[in-house]
Order: sequence, then C-alpha cells, then structure tokens
Amino acid sequence: MEFVTSADIVVIGGGITGTAVLRELSKYNLDCLLVEKEPDLAMGTTKANSAILHAGFDAPTGSLKALTNVRGNKLYHDLEKELDLDIKWTGSMVAATNEEEMQTLQELLQRGRANGVEGLKILTHDEVLREEPNLKTVLGALWAPTAGVCWPFGAAVAFAECAVQNGARVMRDCRVLGFIKEDGRIAGVETNRGVIKTRYVVNASGIYADEIARLAGDESFTINPRKGEYILFDKTACSSLVYGVVFPTPTKKSKGILICTTTHGNTFIGPNAQDLHEREDLAVTTEGMNEIMASARKLIPNLPMGASITEFAGLRAVSSTGDFIVGASGVAGFYNAAGMQSPGLTSAPAVAEILAGAIAEDSGAVKKADFKKDLPRKVSFCRMTRSQQAAVIEKNKLYGRVICRCETVTEAEIVEAIKGPCGARTVDGVKRRTRAGMGRCQGGFCGPRVTQIIARELNIPIPEVLKERADSHLFYEKNQADREEA
Amino acid sequence: MDQLYDVIIVGGGPAGLSAAYSARENGAGRILIIERDRELGGILQQCIHNGFGLHHFKKELTGPGYAQRCIELIKDKPEIEVLVDTMVLEVLRDKTVIAVSPEKGLLYLQGKTIILTMGCRERTRGAIRIPGERPAGVFTAGAAQRMVNMEGYLPGHKIVILGSGDIGLIMARRMSLEGCQVQAVLEICPYSNGLTRNIVQCLNDYDIPLYLSHTIIKIHGEKRVTGVTVAKVDEKNAPIPGTEFDIECDTILLSVGLIPENELSNGLMLDMHPLTSGPVVDQHRQTSLPGIYAAGNVVHVHDLVDFVSEEAEIAGKFAALEAQGKADGNLRSVDVRPVDGVRTCVPQKLSLPEGGEPVKLFMRVAAPQRKVRLEVKSGDAVLFSKMLPIVKPSEMVAVEIPAEKIALSGSEITVGLQQ
Repeated sequence: MEFVTSADIVVIGGGITGTAVLRELSKYNLDCLLVEKEPDLAMGTTKANSAILHAGFDAPTGSLKALTNVRGNKLYHDLEKELDLDIKWTGSMVAATNEEEMQTLQELLQRGRANGVEGLKILTHDEVLREEPNLKTVLGALWAPTAGVCWPFGAAVAFAECAVQNGARVMRDCRVLGFIKEDGRIAGVETNRGVIKTRYVVNASGIYADEIARLAGDESFTINPRKGEYILFDKTACSSLVYGVVFPTPTKKSKGILICTTTHGNTFIGPNAQDLHEREDLAVTTEGMNEIMASARKLIPNLPMGASITEFAGLRAVSSTGDFIVGASGVAGFYNAAGMQSPGLTSAPAVAEILAGAIAEDSGAVKKADFKKDLPRKVSFCRMTRSQQAAVIEKNKLYGRVICRCETVTEAEIVEAIKGPCGARTVDGVKRRTRAGMGRCQGGFCGPRVTQIIARELNIPIPEVLKERADSHLFYEKNQADREEA
Repeated sequence: MDQLYDVIIVGGGPAGLSAAYSARENGAGRILIIERDRELGGILQQCIHNGFGLHHFKKELTGPGYAQRCIELIKDKPEIEVLVDTMVLEVLRDKTVIAVSPEKGLLYLQGKTIILTMGCRERTRGAIRIPGERPAGVFTAGAAQRMVNMEGYLPGHKIVILGSGDIGLIMARRMSLEGCQVQAVLEICPYSNGLTRNIVQCLNDYDIPLYLSHTIIKIHGEKRVTGVTVAKVDEKNAPIPGTEFDIECDTILLSVGLIPENELSNGLMLDMHPLTSGPVVDQHRQTSLPGIYAAGNVVHVHDLVDFVSEEAEIAGKFAALEAQGKADGNLRSVDVRPVDGVRTCVPQKLSLPEGGEPVKLFMRVAAPQRKVRLEVKSGDAVLFSKMLPIVKPSEMVAVEIPAEKIALSGSEITVGLQQ
C-alpha cells in the first residue's frame, strides 16, 4: 500500500480536544499528526460555545465530566502562563430568582464540594449586587471563585502551536474517509489526501465522533448534536449587563441561558438548547433569539438590544452515554475523546492527560526530556502601553498600521497570525487569532483589507481567499463571466 | 508633546477637507488633517457615480470628482499639513491627539482646537439580527462597493439587496452595470429610505423590483449564500405568516443604515444624542467640550455630501476663530428640541450673541408626509414657519432662521411639523 505519510499517532479533529491531546502526546517520544477536515483549527464546537472555564459543580460526582472539569480548571492556570492564553478568572455565579431555585443552589453547593470544587459559597442578594449591579431581580447566587472565561480558538491554536514546536504535525483540509486495519488493529487512516500509516488513532471529531468511530468498527455510542444560539453585544453594553459569568439556576437539560462577558469585554447571552437531526444546522433562528432574550430578561429586564453586534450558533456533541467517552475502544489502537459537550473546553487538558497516559502505557512511549512548554509571547497591540506600542513600531513598522479599527488590530499582528506555525489561511481564521473583524462593524471595514493581506502573504489571488470553510469564496474576478462565454 | 496646531482634524473625508479649507480661510495658522486611509477623500473615493456637488460646487460631480475638488482647495497650502495612513487611537480632553502610522510611529499631537470628522460606518447583519446560516457572501453595501470600484473584484453574481438606503440603491445599479443579476431590493419600511432620484435612476431604469414592507427572514447556505427566504411584514415589522417566498442568490448586500463613528467622541466623554448617535453640538458645531468641534456624518448621517461640506465649513470657521482667540464670549444658550413629526435636529443647542445670528437647522422627519408646515417656536410664539410640499425620513430638511427671529427666542425653541 502507498502511504502519503506515517505517524505513530493520528489525532482526528482540530478542536480544543484534539489540539489538547496533540499537545499532551507531543510530550512523549511519539511522532504525532493531527488531521482536520476544515481549512483551519477550531471550526466546530470550539468556535461557538460559551468560552467558560467551569468550576465543576454541575456534573454528577464521580463522572468523567466532574473529574476532568475540576482537573482541567486547575491545569488552565499553568497553561495560561505557558501558552500565553487569554483567560479572565472572573469566578461565576448561579443566580436564583425564587426560593425553589435557592434550594437548587444548595444542591449544587453540596455536589460541587463533593466534586472537589474549592471556595464555593452562597451569596445574598446584596452580595450579588456588589459584584453585578444589574442583577436586581436575583435573590441569591452560588459563587464559584475558580471559574473563568477564556478565548477558546486562541487556546486551540496555542495547543497546536505548542505541539508543533515539539515536533507534532498538523494537516488541514484532511478529511478521514476510513481506516485500514490489520488483525483487528488500526494500521492506517484513509483520508482525502491519501492513506496515513499509523498504529494509534485518537478520535476527537466532535459532532462526528460516532461516525468516525463507526468507520473504525466501534459502534458503542452515538452523538446527538444539540444546537445553542448566542447573541453578542458591543463592548459598550457591558456596563448594562454583567462583568463576569452569570448562569441562571440550571434545568435538567442544560446549564441554562447565561450572561457572560468575554475575555475581550463583549458580553453575550445564550445558549439555548435544541436537539437536532442534522449535523450541520448552524442557522440562527428568530425563535431561538427570542428564547434567549426572554430568558436573559429574567435576570436583566432591560437588555441593550440596540448594541447587539452578531448572532451565531454552535453545536454541542451530546453522547448517548451521558458522559464523556474517553480512552481505549473495543478496536485495538482506536481511542475516543467523544461526547465532549460542556464542560468539554474546561476538561480538554485533563482528558488529554488521560488519553496520552493510556496511549503511552500501551505503546511504551516515554516522556521527552526536552519538551518545550512555553510559547513565545504574542504581541497584542491594543493591550500595550503607549510606550510599548511605540517600541514595537520601531521594530516593525506594520504595527503602525491599524487594519481593524474596532479592535485596534495592526497589520503586523495579522501577518504574524498568517505566518504562525498553524497559521491562518482564511478571513475567519485571522479573526479568531487576532480579533480583526470581531468588533462592532463585524469586518465591514477590515474584511476586504484582511482578504488582501491573506492573498499577499499566501501569494494567492484574492478570489481564492476563503471566509472560513472550503468553497466559502468572498470575491470573484470581474470579467469571469465574459471569460467563460469566450 | 511634539507639536502644537491651531486645528487638528480627525478624518480626511469631505468633512475634514472642508473643515480644513474653512479653518484656513478664517485665519488658522497651523492645521493638521489626519487620515487613516492611504489617500484623502474618504468614502467619496469609492462612490464613482455622479450626483454630488450640485449645491456646494454648483456642478454635478462624481464622488472622486467631489473629493478631488476638496483636495485641490487645501493642496499646497503651507498652513495645512496632512498625515495619511495614520490612525488616531485616542483624543484626550486636553486636546492631545495620539495617533499611529507605519512611517512615523506613535505620535503625540497637541491642538488648540480639534474637529472630529470621522464619518460613519454601516450597520451590519448582526445589528439587525437576520436569522439563518452564516455563509460567505453577506456584505455591507459599502464594503462591496469598495471591492467593486476600488479593488476591481465582484462580491458575487446574483444579488439580493436588503434595505433601500442610498448605498443599496446605488449598488443595485452598479452591480447591474457589472453584468450581475440583481434579483430584488427589499425594504422593511412601507416607503423607501433612499433619495427619490436614486429609486428612479438605480432601480426603475434597470427593472429591479423593490419590495416595500418586506424583509429577509432566513439566509441559506453553509459555505456561500445560496438564497434567502423573504416575507412581508406588518406595521410592527413582524413577518406575516403565509407571505414567505424564496429568492435564489449568491450574495446579500446590506444597506440598513449608517452609524456615526464616535468611538473617539465617547472616549472624550462628549454629550451624545441618542437619536443622531452623534455628539450634541451648537450651531458652530462645538461639542459639549469647549474647543472640540464635530461635523459631517459623525454628528448625524447626511443625505448629501454638500451639506456635510457646509456643516464642516462652519466647524472649521469657529475652530479657527477660537484658536486665534477671536471667538465670542458670553453667549446665551438656547436648546433646540424636535417635536411633532421631526425626529432629529442639528444643532441641538444654540450659543448666541445678544441680538442673535442666523442659524441653519438640519432636520430629519419621523415619517413621510405631504403639505406640512415647519414651525420653529419659542414657547407659544412662532418664530418662523415654512410650507414644505413633501417630507421624507430619507431627505434632510434644512432651513435658515434669520437672526432677528432667533433673537426673539427664549431658553428653548422647538421645531415641529403642522398639517
């Protein structure tokens, strides 16, 4: 058989889970390769979720979700420094608006303590208002000081970059079509780019995890996509919403529609929870928006809807087992990291530890002595002091050209995002690395300019620049139609 | 502090250029225009259609033609300096301007006066919450206009335009001329939000259907837009069930309103007007912070660039006078309040010398009306009135109130429409 390449391990899926696993595996003397079907990393659930690093009181005590949540939360404190991640350790509140909900808070408190969550306590109405003055209707809240909010795409890219600097490889636009097995054991991965020879596979393919597992012969679970819609506000709306992370009291189905201010100061409301039959339905609906607005109004009656800047939907991968599915499967060499719905983002580094440990044990791999854990610091022009800004422009004058004026993102930052180890190739890829286009004008001004910079840096014609997914072209040659006719 | 200017102008579009010209004409000694783009002229440079300048230059010009006239007026004037490819990061209340450019790095510039002429930006899909997928192919009309007219690329081939603002109408014609199929222009209001001449010249002349009281209720397409579902709306703008139909398209252009670009004004903590979304100004276009002036679309969205120039020349003049210590002191303050059918009025305040001075008011009405009388009143006394055959929200109403009438005003005047 012809192999396009070979690796000790192939990780399928470039979301937060796959990249975390790749980074963890890159600590070992293993040749690791991540394959991602889309043109960029972090394009599934990782791109559209609540971005919260949960404290860990939600999941049933003893579940994988609970264990990896509390562990993952701790790990992010180290990762934040090593990988220069954007995280705000805001703490979180679960807000109760009636006595019944106050009762539920007590249950959460007990569960949280049993799960090993530190610092939990019940706040009174007045204590809530001291932190979040707009929550006037709230009776009390469960306070979890260890929770935070992060920049999930940045984290996924940083995990991948760290893995790459330790020898791992990433192949994008690489879709898994099947598996080669020898004597019931994984021997290769068939992709649209050829067959990759390998003896280990980690399935971190999000909402497609059951389909991928089935291709390998593991039919032990199914994934049901559950859609969640969000409305994001301009930074100016923060002061009339919340400063941190505020959940309503949860229901059986979901943690509820929360109100949260992101690492960059934009507040969002969402998500709702809608079970889907299709895997690719990312449409935002009027009903969904009305639902999340109505729910958020229970906590904050006067939502500043005039300041909404975008709406989006994400799909959570809900497994048939009710818990994460992590570890070896019935197929030798095939490992799952599946059903990674909330708190999947928080749990990802802990899930990665479990998986890498299991694969190392099975394969006899040992940790490398020279693992490079620290990534170089990224320049974020808008967060610098004036004198730091002056200094970076001295070194590279492209820091003096602001491309995204809403978020003050400079041309140098965009060029770096494209040229990085897992560099951006799409307009949305630049957006998720630099925030260019994430502000109040939503790329109206910078979108065409970013397109031109991508074309220049990748040396491709402008019509080949994609918004996000394959074939999501933005612009066309003017005389194309004439040419076709001729 | 690097340098001291009489007047620093933030933005080199038509407002900034006209302000600079006027500031010099009125004796300012050192004027600086700071422009973010690589050339002066602002959005006019991408507006290659004609119809500009009939009032201001008494000649019909294209957008670049109008811009060029404004540029000629300030060119080679030793008093006027220009920085292009330079972005203002912050304006401080002491009139320090912090700007950045690739060539000059981080700049601290000091003005005796500042004129804010940053213009406006387009409202986006997110601001109006259009449901559906989020594929490539959804653009604001202005962004598409830039790509077509300045960069030489098409945003797509089969176009639906949402919103009948002027840019949307102009782009309907522009895309038709480029050989694209413009399927429809959809307008949620029961009337068009563009100039009448643009409805005629851009839609009717090209047989492009305009659907009033219609909007997009869903965008289709995972990668690139494949179509839209459209519905008729009721008087509360809610889609009417049963009226839905689909239109095939690969591109959606949005012309759903403009928002004054006031991040710098907000940083200065200027008093802002909730309906214009711009700073509150007096008739000299001075904001709530003395020495800080504002003009053009940053104050309120204009329909004609000619009025932008007119307003900016006022700002330029009074900034120049203030910088030279020639501004009148001890002015009497009068509030201008829109009532009865007038939605907004600029200026929102008058700062009058005793005896008054003529004042021009620029108004937007709330809804279209025919045969109305515009009344400017102080208490119950009518200071000024004028019959208007037709008024529309899309067309600004401008009237000049003579000095002797203004002199009769109390501490507040109202402007309203009477049948």
